[in-house]
Amino acid sequence: MNAIQKNRCQCATLELTVHNHPGVMSHVCGMFSRRAFNVEGILCMPANGGDRSSIWLKVRANGRLEQMIKQLTKLEDVVEVCRHDADHEVFLRLEDFFRV
Amino acid sequence: MIQRTGAQTIVELLERQGVTIVPGIPGGANLPLYDALSRSKRIRHVLARHEQGAGFMAQGMARATGETSVCFATSGPGATNLITAIADAKLDSIPIVAITGQVPGSLIGSDAFQEVDTYGMSIPVTKHNFLVRSARELLRVIPDAFRIAASGRPGPVLIDVPKDVQTEVIEFESWPEPGRADPSPAVDALDVARAADMINESQRPVLYIGGGAVCSGAGEAIRRLAEKACIPTTMTLMGLGAIPVDHPLSLRMLGMHAARYTNMALEDCDLLIAAGVRFDDRATGKVAEFCPTAKVIHVDIDPSELDKIKSAHLGIEGDAREAVEALLPQVHKSGRTKWMDHVGRLKAAYPLVAAASGGPLSPHRLVRTISELLKRDACVATDVGQHQMWVAQVYPFNRPRQLLTSGGLGTMGFGLPAAIGAALAHPGDPVVCFTGDGSLLMNIQELATAAEEASNVKVVLMNNNSLGLVHQQQNLFYGNRIFGSDYVCHVDFLKVAEGFGVPAFDMGQPDSQHSALEQALSLDGPCLIHAPIDVGTQVLPMVPPGAANRDMIGGENGHTHHSVPQHAATVPA
Ligand SMILES: Cc1ncc(C[n+]2csc(CCOP(=O)(O)OP(=O)(O)O)c2C)c(N)n1
Repeated sequence: MNAIQKNRCQCATLELTVHNHPGVMSHVCGMFSRRAFNVEGILCMPANGGDRSSIWLKVRANGRLEQMIKQLTKLEDVVEVCRHDADHEVFLRLEDFFRV
Repeated sequence: MIQRTGAQTIVELLERQGVTIVPGIPGGANLPLYDALSRSKRIRHVLARHEQGAGFMAQGMARATGETSVCFATSGPGATNLITAIADAKLDSIPIVAITGQVPGSLIGSDAFQEVDTYGMSIPVTKHNFLVRSARELLRVIPDAFRIAASGRPGPVLIDVPKDVQTEVIEFESWPEPGRADPSPAVDALDVARAADMINESQRPVLYIGGGAVCSGAGEAIRRLAEKACIPTTMTLMGLGAIPVDHPLSLRMLGMHAARYTNMALEDCDLLIAAGVRFDDRATGKVAEFCPTAKVIHVDIDPSELDKIKSAHLGIEGDAREAVEALLPQVHKSGRTKWMDHVGRLKAAYPLVAAASGGPLSPHRLVRTISELLKRDACVATDVGQHQMWVAQVYPFNRPRQLLTSGGLGTMGFGLPAAIGAALAHPGDPVVCFTGDGSLLMNIQELATAAEEASNVKVVLMNNNSLGLVHQQQNLFYGNRIFGSDYVCHVDFLKVAEGFGVPAFDMGQPDSQHSALEQALSLDGPCLIHAPIDVGTQVLPMVPPGAANRDMIGGENGHTHHSVPQHAATVPA
């Protein structure tokens, strides 16, 4: 079974550029739990020499996706939100690390 | 070179922001800040008796003036006590900056004395928050906090400052510019033109106005739009006063405790022009059945409000005032006689009926009488409960920012400290605070602050010895099984007030009611007016929680009975 079949959920991949400081992940994750949005996967690494971070999110592409993007954009520490398709390679390549 | 400690830097940055009053309470972790504040010649500290009181005083100042206000608390319990007031500010989009002390940086994470994760705890209830890691950061963080609190849709910002950051000495070249609100995004001209077309084509439009319109100062423009195009205008609890509620085109407050005609007019409209509102469930009732035949234009500065609850046919991102001002010249003058006649008939046939009273005082009459004894523009604060709804139903609000009330969070205990805040912001003018016995007991300690500050706050206590609104819901929806909502111990509030050094007046004596009121309101400084209310008096009509707005209980014309027929034994879904 290839990765795409395994992930038949209607998903989207979001790429966030955020200010890199210790509280950012709390802000992003807190927003998801508070507004009852589902996150399927999350990845975070510093970028841009360390003053920015990239957060990659795999999320359900349901009717609430637009609202989710608007709420993310509103966070003060989120500089940019970019939407990609579900099969963006950033998560596909990771599948290998997540076999039980 | 300028040389300052972190604490001095904070105080001077606040002065440069134009802050003149800071309510708060000191403690170990913010003592350096208090020491610096003690030397300020421009900022007056107001000592609250509970940090929640300090938070609501800051809110009262911010709500009354529109300016960002500040409050202080220490770490741990000081910060946790502030949280409710901050959450309240978040839900009503009120700009405040809360500055909390924190244990020294070297101790963070060690479960030190009075350490809590204030940063983590405040994330979900603030617009933004900061944990300051060095005194130098303050030069960026303080102006930024004021900019964020006031920009776009306003909201609370928390700044957590460890004690060692407060004592750290820094040198810098110059002071940063004070933080100011970012300019709002320009309203799209095409959207405005489409909105004007929709209004011009509409037969039965209604304006639906909320706190966002009050905040943007759109009241005057909305009144002109309503008058030019003959558009009946309803307001949310947060929007009351955006246009005078006694204006001929006003439909007053909509929703759960609206007059019948208001919800009926909304049911019949073919175009809903929503400005600075968020389709809250208390306003819309069951959302799927709200304004079922209407197209919707929704103007909001916060794009995430558009399509959040109800999809709009036209969503306009922008400042309500700018949008309505842009609309004005493009909207045709219109008489809309048929629609006006229809709304007029609804108003005549289904008016707000005075709350039936079995006790010595009718709540509606009391509220009206007090309004007549005060200046038309007097500031009015409320607590949360039946008294709040009676005030919302009948007080003749005449201007934006006249009503200070906890709309989104519905926090009992809001009224008194918020009224003190408003009185601090506008010294001299009396501020009346309508409260209930349950609510007053939640922040009654602030009577001491009112006495100390000689705040011109008139506390009107509508005392039913009960958590009245809960009592009412148990009566209507839980088979009259009254549980946990009646007070067995009846507090002697007259004595309590006097114990705080606050004069008290009793309206329990029918023959001297009016003179007691006049005497109380003419007095300078705080006082308590005790008004006994019968516990059976209900706020009607009422839309059961979860029901559509057309399904109103009680408050029918000609219906003057004291008790209301049992409606349902269970809460509708
Ligand atoms: C802090 C808080 N706790 C509980 C509630 C739930 N609640 C809403 S209204 C109400 C009763 C309010 O009683 P009171 O202040 O005496 O006003 P009344 O309804 O009697 O006019 C309660 C308990 C609340 N809104 N806020």
